[in-house]
Amino acid sequence: MEKFEVLQSTAVPLPIENIDTDQIIPARFLKATSREGFGENLFRDWRFDNAGQPKADFVMNTGRYSGKILVAGKNFGCGSSREHAAWAIYDAGFKVVISSFFADIFKGNALNNGLLPLQVSDEVLARLLAQIEQDPQTTLVVNLVNQELEVPVWEEKISFEIDAYKKECLINGYDDIDFLVNQKEAIEQYESNRPWAY
Amino acid sequence: MAKTLLDKIWDAHVVKSIPGGLDVFYIDRHLIHEVTSPQAFDEIEARGLPLFRKEQIVATADHNVPTKNQHLPIQEPLSRFQVDKLTENCAKHNIELYGLGHEKQGIVHVMGPELGITQPGMTIVCGDSHTSTHGAFGAIAFGIGTSQVAQVMASQCLLLSKPKSMRITVDGDVRPGVTAKDIILYVISKLGTGGATGYFVEYAGSAFRNLSMEGRMTVCNMSIEMGARGGMIAPDQTTFDYLNGREFAPKGERWDQAVAYWSTLFTEEGAAFDKELTFDAADIAPMITFGTNPGMGMAIDALIPTEVPVSEQASYSKSLQYMGFQPGESLLGKEIQYVFIGSCTNSRIEDLRQVARFVQGKKKAPHVEAIIVPGSKQVEKQAIEEGIDKVLAEAGFELREPGCSACLAMNEDKIPAGAYCVSTSNRNFEGRQGPGSRTLLASPLVAAITAVEGKIVDITQYLN
Ligand code: SF4
Repeated sequence: MEKFEVLQSTAVPLPIENIDTDQIIPARFLKATSREGFGENLFRDWRFDNAGQPKADFVMNTGRYSGKILVAGKNFGCGSSREHAAWAIYDAGFKVVISSFFADIFKGNALNNGLLPLQVSDEVLARLLAQIEQDPQTTLVVNLVNQELEVPVWEEKISFEIDAYKKECLINGYDDIDFLVNQKEAIEQYESNRPWAY
Repeated sequence: MAKTLLDKIWDAHVVKSIPGGLDVFYIDRHLIHEVTSPQAFDEIEARGLPLFRKEQIVATADHNVPTKNQHLPIQEPLSRFQVDKLTENCAKHNIELYGLGHEKQGIVHVMGPELGITQPGMTIVCGDSHTSTHGAFGAIAFGIGTSQVAQVMASQCLLLSKPKSMRITVDGDVRPGVTAKDIILYVISKLGTGGATGYFVEYAGSAFRNLSMEGRMTVCNMSIEMGARGGMIAPDQTTFDYLNGREFAPKGERWDQAVAYWSTLFTEEGAAFDKELTFDAADIAPMITFGTNPGMGMAIDALIPTEVPVSEQASYSKSLQYMGFQPGESLLGKEIQYVFIGSCTNSRIEDLRQVARFVQGKKKAPHVEAIIVPGSKQVEKQAIEEGIDKVLAEAGFELREPGCSACLAMNEDKIPAGAYCVSTSNRNFEGRQGPGSRTLLASPLVAAITAVEGKIVDITQYLN
């Protein structure tokens, strides 16, 4: 997993609530057996028409916005557990998703892939979306080490929460599997002493 | 301190707690399928890690499989490749696979319970959000991402923080025509798609107690649709009767020991939940959804709501526009073109029986295509034994072979753009049943009546 400490970037606004993982990456694109290449089909049916032509009005096609940060409406990533959603966002070049609420499984999947789900209040989210829409060149600074989202034009630093262990993992590029495999002894000990052994 | 059902099962599976609030959490059963496992196999292989407890993994092919001519090679090359990859991976790692054509093959959440693989008190995971289904047995069951699939393969554990607990109590008797599906659609319509995010839900009260195991599975299945990680119902005599004699259920003396343990799995008097909600069963009507998330449901004869909070207005109009509906409109009388009866929510034998009972001696409307996809080979077999296949065929319904099918349209079973489909599945997201498809979620009973009428009707007049 790639390490993450500080990221400075412009952002892409997607002010839609309850964006489900079927929209992020539709099921028909889940047939690949590797992790790569899903970015091409990120938001496929919003981004392209039936003939595969870009829809001019979709935010990623207008040419107005760019950057490594996606700012999206409340309850981002609900629905299917497909990790392909996190892979697609990451593969399309995003490193951070900002929303005022994330679905559980998506959040976990994102963290396991070096994609930071950054939760802000509804109020901050609304201001951010308005700011970016008004000035697409607005730069944001995500400082994971200090757990701060800096908006230089506002001269504001907004702190955010993240699980301490997950933060360590992101900063160091570790993932859970390394940690768990090292627990083998404890796991075997546990197995030998089950209340009801299945 | 008094413990909840969640506390009891959770605590029994903590290998150890690490500073910062995470637990190394032990998984009893791991179910895998073709779509979310290949990258996990690659990952453990790339790291040179062996499978830690392969005998605790069961695999099936369901998401991608065709529902016609399953005895022939899969036509679609990418689907075939993915299913072959699963077969290859299972053979290589010596994992039990109920692949295409196997007598035990089926949708993973139908297959596990019917074989008795799912049992009370267990922890069960699968790379699929509807793993919550298995909670109907009083198990902690939840969906995981592919990275976590690899973690469980490598260690039989996950690193988790304990979720918050919510109890949803529904007491009283339901009205005629109200099924398990209507109860859960009603609850989700009250909470919204994110209303239970961060929580594990326990369903309590007589409305759930009175349900069969299959009904309880329908309820727990859709827990994820309000954001909950999982849903659970305390095991009782209904649970034990369902499990007794199933292939992988304990037998003889072990059965008695198991039942004795399972009988301790309930929420104690006075145990505290982080959130409690109560509904009255008498308020629940047969339900249908009108929008593009499962929270957008209403009584079938109600009007599409006109008042929504300001912050949600944009998403709400986008959704209604996609569906081709207006706020304030009634759905009664709307023509539909497709009916899909299937998915891990409603494809079990009781669902098929209910449909057959209603359509016996009737015919589907000529303009409607009605497909019924059993949840598993076992369900299919039983339907044939009971003559349900003939009743359905006479009514013009097409009984297919098992799989996820039009629930997510990864195989050939797609609803065309713009067409309306009344579906017994669990998700009405944009394009879920095929690009541009418009899904209305409902119970198998509503779906059957709609197929016969060719339009949405107030089902109460059909009940006697
Ligand atoms: S039937 Fe639908 S919801 Fe259930 S496992 Fe298959 S795709 Fe997922």
